[in-house]
This record gives sequence, structure tokens and C-alpha cells, in this order.
Amino acid sequence: MDFLYYMGDVFTPINFGLLLLGTIGGLILGATPGLSPTMTVALMIPFTFKLAPEQGLILLGAAYTSTVAGGAVSAILLKIPGAPANIATTLDGHTMAQKGEGAKALQISFIASAIGGLFGVFLLIFLTPVLATWALAFGPSELFWLAILGVTVIGTLDSSSVVKGLLSGCIGLWLATIGFDDIMGAQRFIFHSSVSGGINIIPALIGLFAIPQVIAMFAKGRSNVDAEIIVVQRHPIGAAFREVFSRKRALAIGTSVGSIIGLIPGVGGQIAGLVAYDQSKKMSPESGKFGTGHPEGVIAAESANNAMVGPSLVPLLTLSIPGSPTAAVLLGGLLIHGIFPGPSLFTQYPQVVWPFINSMLVGQILMCMFGLFIAGWAANVARVPRSVMAAVVLGLAVFGSYSVGHSMGDVYVMASLGLAMYFLERFGFSAAPLVLGLILGPIAEANFMQGAMIANATVGKMAYFFTGWLNWLLILIVVASIGYSIWMELRQRRYTTKEEASA
Amino acid sequence: MNDLPRTQHIFASGAIAAVGVSVAYISFTQEPADAFVFPRLIATVFAILAIWTFVKAVLGRTKVGQGLSGQDMRNLLPGLIVTLIYAFWAAKELGFYTATAIAFFILLTVYDPAPHTEAKTWVKRVLITAGFIAVMYGLFAMLLNVYTPREIFS
Repeated sequence: MDFLYYMGDVFTPINFGLLLLGTIGGLILGATPGLSPTMTVALMIPFTFKLAPEQGLILLGAAYTSTVAGGAVSAILLKIPGAPANIATTLDGHTMAQKGEGAKALQISFIASAIGGLFGVFLLIFLTPVLATWALAFGPSELFWLAILGVTVIGTLDSSSVVKGLLSGCIGLWLATIGFDDIMGAQRFIFHSSVSGGINIIPALIGLFAIPQVIAMFAKGRSNVDAEIIVVQRHPIGAAFREVFSRKRALAIGTSVGSIIGLIPGVGGQIAGLVAYDQSKKMSPESGKFGTGHPEGVIAAESANNAMVGPSLVPLLTLSIPGSPTAAVLLGGLLIHGIFPGPSLFTQYPQVVWPFINSMLVGQILMCMFGLFIAGWAANVARVPRSVMAAVVLGLAVFGSYSVGHSMGDVYVMASLGLAMYFLERFGFSAAPLVLGLILGPIAEANFMQGAMIANATVGKMAYFFTGWLNWLLILIVVASIGYSIWMELRQRRYTTKEEASA
Repeated sequence: MNDLPRTQHIFASGAIAAVGVSVAYISFTQEPADAFVFPRLIATVFAILAIWTFVKAVLGRTKVGQGLSGQDMRNLLPGLIVTLIYAFWAAKELGFYTATAIAFFILLTVYDPAPHTEAKTWVKRVLITAGFIAVMYGLFAMLLNVYTPREIFS
């Protein structure tokens, strides 16, 4: 019950102020179509430099939680999901809004989000220390395979093409090797002075997540967001609470599916929301009502995508393996404060990690409270013209990446990676595995080299890296994730070919 | 897949294959060899997957990725040029705040759907630009104490 000991730290004036700022800001930014939670958190990192580590993490954690929930506002009122995690919410949420139940849809989405989110954070609180103790058994070979697992799982499950997902992961792993080799001190792939010290992770994250969205806004040309904002009528909050608690099945399915999916590295909120929606529909006696403005659809989708947030941080805090792109950005936030997550995190930095986790718990309640009151107003953010949004994000990206090390090289790296990523995305590549490769590359290499040294002095490389049940378990998961994704891709292709033939 | 994305896919995957092969070549030829053990491992997989993708693109069997339409290119080109000049030249040579103000105003003007013939819209753009620069100055210069390159007008 260590978390209770540090609960008071959340309520110090500065920490609570930052929590409020992150929650309200996150809700507004989350409601803005085109600003994803990952991009929002990446752009906020430079503002945490001057803060103490726990304060910076509280701000980033609050922004993460509330951008995911805030995405429901535009999903319901505009039929434009604020984030990929809110896709399933549009199915019933927008129909409810069209029927004049916009306020009710928003209220039940925030209440379900908060309940799912609270469950997810409790899972984070109770699972993380247990896994951290278990993670102490990991040696260099297991940590090497775990890093490879992080890249391959996200590369295969998060991408529409297995080969392109893995290729993105390889590009990220290669980018991580640029600079000076830690052991030999040799220069590697230094083709420009900007990368002589390696690729700085924060400018890279800002570039990879923000710039493609800026260019995508440019590609839409001189046009406004072409969506009509539905006016929200008043609805009693008490009735919304009763509605949510009377739909226990949808709430339980959403919360449990979101929590389980959150624990699997690489499987994000988008999948959590859709799987929970699908399962809830299958198990409901009123399955015919789904898609026609049924509250259960909103409850299942929203409880799932917020229940996913807490568990997605479990592999990050215990094993340094970010479970999602946003968790990877949070890892960047930890690293700039000199904190390396892993098994010893809870013993070395309890004053940082527990207030951060506790703030996510309190943040869920604040998110629900503010969400209920500012949701209708936040939808107006969608009226901000795309030209303004693109120019603001570009300006923040340039200033933010420069402020990391007061170096123009970081700006060049940010812009180059961002521009390249936009074109790569147009050809089916994905930023998530590339980012995971970039972040996990140093962990994979350090453990590979350490393991190789141990292996050379003992049993040899093959025996060292390919023996032991934990090594084999990790290798099997790597192979299984690749195999499963290939199978799914082939099945999808057969289905598409059949559809094309019948059309 | 029509001809335009196919050509684009060949070009894009060809560029990635060239990078993959170059990385592999450098990894296997540079010294000291011990510093390139891990890059060799990565580069091998990188090059194989990149060549695989390139071959698939040449055979017209690429299923994923829509490429870029002519309209997309025409729309994004002005913004892309402004971004390149801003990030790679103007920010350093003109100063961050000057360059940001100019780039911000140009982007607003180019992409604003409001008509360019009305004086009111120009005033609005100037005010939004000034407001944004004031916020950036407050955040980065005053709050975070970020020292940016010297402004051309200072």
C-alpha cells in the first residue's frame, strides 16, 4: 500500500495545479480533431524541463489520460474521433447526439471513461510492483529479447503491413545506433554534424508525431473542418450516472477488455475500444440496438479506451518497454530527468513514481468532473481553422525541439524525421514501431553486447541467447506475434479479393 | 492499385532499399568491427526487408499505402516549402521569433479559407500571429529561459 503513503504529494499546490492544467488542457486538445494524445504529450515534454521529475510526469500523465477521454467530444458531436481510440465511440455516440441526446452521450462517455480509467490505474498500482520484483530475474539475454519483442509486437500488430511494420522497427533500431559507440568509442553513421552525438529522443518524438500531422493538414488545402457541431441540450448528471450503472455488462466488458489489451505491448486504445464494442454487442440481448444510438456502445468503447491507459504503463515502469507510442513518449519524459524505468524504479525513485501513478488516479476523477461541464464548450475548439492549428503545432515543434539542448541540430533532426515520416506514412509505414525501435535500440544493443561478453566467457552466444525458459518464451511471443499478423493480413487480403470479385 | 501509386511505391521503396543496402554496406566494411556487431545484425534484417518491399513494389503487389495524389501535392507544397525554409534556414539566420512570425503569417495566409480580398481577414491574421508570438515569447523566453539565436532586428 505504498501508493497511499505518497497520496498527499498529489495535493501540494504546484502538483495539483499541474494536474488541473494537464486535465483541462488535455480535454480541450483531445477534443481537437487532428491532435492525437501522443502528439500532445510529445509537444508538452519541453515544458517539463524546468519542473521536478514528478511534477513533469504529473502534467504528462494528466494530459495523456484526458486527451484520450476528450477525443470522445468530437467523436460524439462532430463524428470525427479526436484520437484513434475514440473510433468506436462515434458508432453510437454521434447517433445519440443526432437524436438530441448529445449531453447524455457526453456524460455517459466521461463517467464510463472515469470508471474504466480508475480500474486501469488500480491495475497499474497493484500489478507494477509485483512485475517489477519478477523483472529482477531478467538478465541481459532476456532484456535483449524483451526489447526485440517490444519492437516486433508493435511493428506487427500496430501496422497494416507486417513487413512494413518490421521495416519501420528496423529503421528505428538503426537510427538508435547513430553516434558514438559506448564501448569502443567509434563513430557510427555520422553523416552530418547534427547527429554526431546521436539522435536526441525528444526532438525525434516531436518530429515523428507532430510534423506528419502538420503536413497532413497542409494537404487538405484551404478548407475548414467540414463538420457540423451539434448543439448540446441540458441533461441531468444524476440520470447519466444511473444510466451507466444500469448497464453493468457493457461497463464490465469495456473495463476488462481495455485492461487486458492495455497490458499487451503495441495493442493500443483503438483496438481496445473496437474489441470492447464488438464483444459488448455480441453479448447484449439488445444487440440490434447497437449502431442506432445505444448507450451501451458508448459505455463499452469509452470505458475500454481509458481502462487501457494505466495497464499500458505497466511494461514501461517495470521493464523499460513502452507498451504504446504514448508510453514511449512518457519514457522520453522520464529519461530527460535522468530516470531510467525498470525493476529498481520503485525502490530508487518512489517519490517520483508513486505521486505520478496517484495523480493518474485523481486525474480520472478530475477528468470526469471537468469533462461533464466543459464538454459542450470544448467542441468549439474544432472551429479553430486548420491553418491556425498547423502553424501553431509547427511553431511549438520548432521551439520545443530547440529548447531540449539549445541546438539547431535538434531542430534539423526533428524536421528531417518528421518530413520523412509523413511520406513514409503515405506508403504504409507507421511511426509507432520506428519510435519503439529508436527508444529500445540502446537497451537492445547494451544487453546484446553485455550478453555477448558473458557468452564468450562462458557457454557461447548460441547457448546463451537461446537457452532458458524465459528466453524461449520471449522468442515464441516474437514469432507468434509475427505469425498471427501475417495470418490476419492474408485473411484480410482474401476477404478483400473476394469482395472485389463479387462487386 | 493504379499506375501513379505503383510508380510512387517503386520510388519510395527504392529509396528505402538504397538506405538499407547502404547501412548494411557501411556496417560490414567499417572498422572497428566490434563497434558494428549490433548494427550488422539490424542492417541485415533492414536490407532484406527493404529489398523485399522494393521487389513487391516493382511487381505491383504492394497493398498498403495510398501514395500522394496530384491534388495532395499541390496543396501541401507551399506549406512544405515554408516549413523547410523556416526550420533549416530562417530560424537560425533571422532569429526564432522573427522567423516564426513570418512563417506563421505566411501559413495562415496560404491556408486560410477566408477570402484574401477583405481587409478584415488580413487584420485578423496579423492579430493571431502577434498573439501567438507573444505566447511563445512568454512561454519560452520568460518562463523556460530558452536562449534562442540572435534576432536579425535586435
